[in-house]
Amino acid sequence: MKPGHGEVLIAEGDVELAEDELRLIEEFRQQLDAGLWAAVPMIDDAGRRQAHMVKTFEDVPRDADRVIFFPRAAGGR
Amino acid sequence: MLLALVATALVAVALLSEELFPRVEEMWARHRARRRLTPVTAYDPGRERRAEQRARALLRSCVNEEEWAMYRDLGFIRVWGTQSDGPTESDATGGAAYAYLIYPHRAIVAYLAQTHRLLNEYCVAFPDETRPYGSARLPDSDDVLAKWMALTGDENRLISTANMHLPGRQLDPTRVKRDLWRLSQWERARMRDAAQNPTSTPLDTSN
Repeated sequence: MKPGHGEVLIAEGDVELAEDELRLIEEFRQQLDAGLWAAVPMIDDAGRRQAHMVKTFEDVPRDADRVIFFPRAAGGR
Repeated sequence: MLLALVATALVAVALLSEELFPRVEEMWARHRARRRLTPVTAYDPGRERRAEQRARALLRSCVNEEEWAMYRDLGFIRVWGTQSDGPTESDATGGAAYAYLIYPHRAIVAYLAQTHRLLNEYCVAFPDETRPYGSARLPDSDDVLAKWMALTGDENRLISTANMHLPGRQLDPTRVKRDLWRLSQWERARMRDAAQNPTSTPLDTSN
């Protein structure tokens, strides 16, 4: 998510391909280094939709179809 | 006589030229700079609208059908709280169910599900620290989705990050109570619709 722009595709690839995975890891790190939070939208066993916050690339489920980066939360007024 | 005057004038011009030429040159440069057209990015009136459309599509793909319909019809999303004794120690609910209302670019409101008693407002923002986009804010639906992800993904973290206020600081409690009443009416209508048409999605309309 980018203010003023909405959803922006950062990178895509297949984690089963080593080259793609390295690129995705690099992009993932860059986004977190830029101060963004990362979440994976998921459906739990009971069918409920929820987000899973991830802090490392290893936290991302292998079958996740996307990771959404959004600005870090801060106390508002 | 005339020759003498012309000679004197020539000498005077020659002497002054050292002083005058740089000034004339500078004035000319300033004049040209003033007239030069600077490239400006044309304002695109559709940019924010397109951003909001993309944000709505993203939100719809992440939340469940009921939450999406709630946002589409009522303008907010309810998220159930998961802490056993309320969102914070000061808001101990004694085990009673509680939930949050998420509004775009407004505080998150916590309330007791049964009595509709408002617990607190949690003011949270998602400021973009990157440049050059640091001045703009997220589209409405992205703001709602960011709150939804942060709440469902790590409720404690979001609530501890937010600035907590008593109800009424940002949102009129009367309006929130009315929204809760609208929500209950809306849910009843969905249940009625589901009972009458078991095969159809309740109150489902496109977009």
